[in-house]
Amino acid sequence: MIRSVRRYARIYGRLVAASVRSQWQYRASFALYSASQLVATLAEFGAIWALFARFGSLPGWRLPEVAVLYGISNVAFALAEAGARGFDVFPGMVRTGDFDRLLLRPLPTAFQLAAHEVQIMRVGRLVQGSAILAWGCMGLGIEWDATRVSLVGLCVVGGACIFAGLFVLQATLAFWTIESLEVVNIVTYGGNQMAQYPLTIYRPWFRLFFTVAVPLAAINTVPMAALLSRPELSGLPAPLTWLAPCVGGPFLAACLLVWKLGERRYASTGS
Amino acid sequence: MRPYLAVLRTRCRLLLQYRAAAAAGLATQVAWGFLRLMILEAFYRAGGPAPMTLSQVSAYVWLGQAFLAMFPWNVDADVRDQVRTGSVAYELARPIDLYSLWFARALAMRTAPTLLRSVPLLTAALLLFGMPGPASAASLMWFAASMLLALLLACALTVILTASALWTISGDGASRLLAAVALSLSGNIAPLALLPDWLGRAVVLLPFSGIVDLPFRLYSGNIPPENAWLVLLHQSLWTVALVALGRGMVNRGMRRLTVMGG
Amino acid sequence: MAQIEVRGLRKSFRVPLRSSGPFGALMDLVHRRTRTVEALKGITFEIEAGQIVGCIGPNGAGKSTAIKIIAGIMNPDGGEATVLGRTPWADRKAHVRHIGVVFGQRTQLWWDLPVIDSFALLREIYDLPRRDYDETLADVVERFHLAEVLDSPVRQLSLGLRMRCDLAAALLHRPSILFLDEPTIGLDAVSKLALREAIRDWSTERGVTVLLTTHDMDDIERLCRRVLLIADGSLLLDGAVDDLRRMSSARRTLMIDLAADVADVDLEGAELVRREGDRLWLEYDPEQVATHELIARAAAACPIRDLTVADRPIEEVVAQVYRDTP
Repeated sequence: MIRSVRRYARIYGRLVAASVRSQWQYRASFALYSASQLVATLAEFGAIWALFARFGSLPGWRLPEVAVLYGISNVAFALAEAGARGFDVFPGMVRTGDFDRLLLRPLPTAFQLAAHEVQIMRVGRLVQGSAILAWGCMGLGIEWDATRVSLVGLCVVGGACIFAGLFVLQATLAFWTIESLEVVNIVTYGGNQMAQYPLTIYRPWFRLFFTVAVPLAAINTVPMAALLSRPELSGLPAPLTWLAPCVGGPFLAACLLVWKLGERRYASTGS
Repeated sequence: MRPYLAVLRTRCRLLLQYRAAAAAGLATQVAWGFLRLMILEAFYRAGGPAPMTLSQVSAYVWLGQAFLAMFPWNVDADVRDQVRTGSVAYELARPIDLYSLWFARALAMRTAPTLLRSVPLLTAALLLFGMPGPASAASLMWFAASMLLALLLACALTVILTASALWTISGDGASRLLAAVALSLSGNIAPLALLPDWLGRAVVLLPFSGIVDLPFRLYSGNIPPENAWLVLLHQSLWTVALVALGRGMVNRGMRRLTVMGG
Repeated sequence: MAQIEVRGLRKSFRVPLRSSGPFGALMDLVHRRTRTVEALKGITFEIEAGQIVGCIGPNGAGKSTAIKIIAGIMNPDGGEATVLGRTPWADRKAHVRHIGVVFGQRTQLWWDLPVIDSFALLREIYDLPRRDYDETLADVVERFHLAEVLDSPVRQLSLGLRMRCDLAAALLHRPSILFLDEPTIGLDAVSKLALREAIRDWSTERGVTVLLTTHDMDDIERLCRRVLLIADGSLLLDGAVDDLRRMSSARRTLMIDLAADVADVDLEGAELVRREGDRLWLEYDPEQVATHELIARAAAACPIRDLTVADRPIEEVVAQVYRDTP
């Protein structure tokens, strides 16, 4: 068991390193792409800032609090995007038959796709998200201790798992159809956009969807209840609010199970 | 004119084929519309004076979703590949003006998906999602005229994005950067009127507002019909300027390319 | 027990039918109509260790389905297959450790990295012991003449070199069975020869079984003693290359170069199939007219500068067989 975990970790490291070395040969493109991502995300947060400047507040929320949510969601999304990129290109691999190549290697396909290509150009969103997160954390005016810091870390990791799970689900759909995958962008890119603001501002049906079906509430209002000591935000017992982001783990695992089903279907239809 | 019309027609037919993808895109646009609207509504709940009413914002958001495909956010992939493989040099051997050809292609690329998406989306938004109608017949008329100019402006920008591929061999990094800047300053993320006044006033002067912000505000009457001529003037001047810029880029770029030997 | 045993392998696919007309796409969403295509209608064969077997057949006739099933990446609907004592699709990861696969159209190497880096990654993926890897690597590098290209990025290699590197990559984990899917497609004559030589040497010296699909009959004639002809989902032929020739007809071609211009040549028992200037091609059936007899008749009928007798080119034979299957 331990040996195979170490082996997988080593292979993952080597494949990622290989992917980075490949991309490094296209440095100019990488720089421009990162810059464009930086511009886009800066404008996004600029809009939040501008709306706060115009309207004074978002009912019940201050700018630094929204900045923390924005930062958590964006950093998590950037990590998931970097790590699950292989799933993003997967529909194309099915079409060209390149997926067969992965099946011919003695490793799980999901693992190979995760290590397939780690896009360093996603660094723009990562840097910007981290900066906003740090800025927001400093502006919260709360006592920072080890538990609170690790809660923020947990939110980032949990969020990355949820977004990665969604990318896996989107790719899994490609076993059935490759024509209407864009719909899933509603929960991936849309989920990221949604989680940049507190969940409480949305309509009830929308809140319910992002609590139950896609548990992004677990990196949004629920942990904020613990972080800001505002239990009314979650309606859950306090200890649970501290652990809420852990939901990301089981969510990702469930998505990988669905992936397995899709893979079995592929083996019987070949398309 | 004939060859450009033929290019336009065949490209449109090709793009109209992907109906399932269009349905998926429609659902996505609707969801995004709700999301954007809910966020802006939340800010309006804080009360306080705003230069746009919530109902004007609703019209703005749904129009933004309906005409998203018109925005120059990507390059003409076929032309980009031609440039990458060098086969674009063959285009010079044909008796057509390259800029006009690319412009016609851009027109098709911007028109077909926009038609496909905007009509059903606007219908649904007006009937089901509470999108308000135009402020008046005059507003609607000026809006329509302004959208036509917006389309030309969008195509002029698309050709500039595409032509940027003639300089960078590094893929489409440069055009992505340009598109990101354009999108940020167009009013697509938030209505420009809601920005702090000093910022909003500056950004509105740039060409990008002419594709999104200005026509949408004509529709809702946020810009009254008597001021519409200013919008049209803004769009026309920028279109002329960007066409001239694009033409220059294409000419210089192609000269550079042929000197280098493809 | 044979290394590859296939019994009554069946596989069919459901292909969606598209409706036409303005509402076609909409109708398809509501009610999907499909058509069943039988890709394999029950195929049975065995391959012993160390054989090189060619698999031919028209496009879409089922040969790639068969290969996919034996390689473990597709399940059949019915029938059995045992490869190296295992059912390929039952435990994909265990199975693929012992097979190597080369696709002529696609590389498995990392496009932007030096060849040696790709090899090193494969060592990790297959979890190969250092000593085994070093030994195999030294062997393939020497045999396939790769020493100079190891440090070049794959994208800079010529197709011929790249195919040799791809072949080497598929051999690093010392598979017992090698599957080659159109390995020589697009190669120039010299590269083809080099690749064939590499395949043959490796197979004979290491006892590796090779199953290759190809449309190039030269591959078959130079490499394979045995041919599987799959057409329309069935195994039409399992035998030697000569059996393939005999299959369509035993007709032969007599090519004559005339010494002087003659308007018309008409020989009893032979059919004029082609004429270019003073060169004639005649087809005949040696069962009905003996070759020496025909030559004698020709010599009597017209002035001959030179003549050759040849079997019908195998390409034509195969084309004939493809045409004859529905």
